[in-house]
Amino acid sequence: MPQLDPSFFATQLFWLLLTLVPLYFVLRRAVLPRISEVLEARQRHIDSDLEKATKLRQEAESVLAEYEKALAKARAEAAEAIKRTSNEMAAESAKRHQAFGQELAAKTQDAEDRVAKAKEAALAQVAAVASEVAGAASAKLIGTNLPADKIDEAIKDTMRGRG
Amino acid sequence: MAEGAGQGGGHSPLAQFEIKEIVPIKLGGLDLSFTNSSLFMVIAVTLAASFFLVGMRRGALVPGRWQSAAEMTYEFVAGLFRDTVGHEGRQYFPIVFTLFMFILIGNLLGMLPYSFTFTSHIIVTFAMAAAVFIGVTVLGFAKHGMHFFTFFVPPGAPIALWPLLIPIEIISYLSRPISLSVRLFANMLAGHTLLKVIAGFIPALAIFGVLPLALVVALIGLEILIAFLQAYVFAILTCLYINDALHMH
Repeated sequence: MPQLDPSFFATQLFWLLLTLVPLYFVLRRAVLPRISEVLEARQRHIDSDLEKATKLRQEAESVLAEYEKALAKARAEAAEAIKRTSNEMAAESAKRHQAFGQELAAKTQDAEDRVAKAKEAALAQVAAVASEVAGAASAKLIGTNLPADKIDEAIKDTMRGRG
Repeated sequence: MAEGAGQGGGHSPLAQFEIKEIVPIKLGGLDLSFTNSSLFMVIAVTLAASFFLVGMRRGALVPGRWQSAAEMTYEFVAGLFRDTVGHEGRQYFPIVFTLFMFILIGNLLGMLPYSFTFTSHIIVTFAMAAAVFIGVTVLGFAKHGMHFFTFFVPPGAPIALWPLLIPIEIISYLSRPISLSVRLFANMLAGHTLLKVIAGFIPALAIFGVLPLALVVALIGLEILIAFLQAYVFAILTCLYINDALHMH
């Protein structure tokens, strides 16, 4: 087995040392600081971006909160105005309703009065015509002129009996 | 998986692990030649360094493909380290990161045909494991002083059992570099040998060679997984040892 030949140990150890040690110094002095520097720079960049994003989000949230407050206030004001207006309108409508009712009642009363008066007058006229007709009819039938007051009384009795 | 058609090696499954000199270098009595192993170590280190240096060149806020890959690799190991060691031991992170990248790329390079897998050599894995072990032990004593010896006393164990438990703890502590290095070395050695052995059946079986061929394809997938997994295991165990040294139990 070539691995167990001691005559090649010295050269392998020598070249191992001659290659590994420079590699160590190159990696330690140049490569590792460079990589960690790049990684740190990237991490810083990411952190600052995240921080910026957080700040922007907070700003946006505060704007949203303000907007919502304003919106709520506007809504409350609108509701208030609607309530007030509807109350006013209800009051106005009730007032007008009442006034109209009164007017209507007055007109109805007036009309009823007039109807009653007309009825009375008509009835009075009916009684006069009836007594005249009754007088004339009785004179023709029995040849006697009945006294007018008796006829009137009879007609009144009759009319009262009919209601 | 390297098809090490070496001079005398022929098609032995172990020929792929042979070390061949490319540029002979002799220093004193030591043979420090530039070999195929050294070549792949240099390639691995160059790949690892340029992967990150080129990938992170622009350092863009929104990463491209290469930068993304580099960052994901970093975050993978950093996450592993954070979960096991925590913030306190962060100055040791580059060590874990270097070991992880070196082993990972070494293992993956070994999957290329005709390449050499330097992590399949016990001396390489043992050197890394021993460095981790010595470093962690020194760290433990530097952090806790003589108090670090209480690490070998299992918390809550009755005193009567101490003579039994303390030697066990010490042996298990001392075997850490062995298990750490043998795990990586043996996985690489076994995987690459198995691939080579099964691949050897393909020409031998003529038309029925499609069966071992299919098996080799499946095993290559498994080996790529193992290449990653062993780098991960080496890194996470290093993290755990560092954590033990920093926080004891």
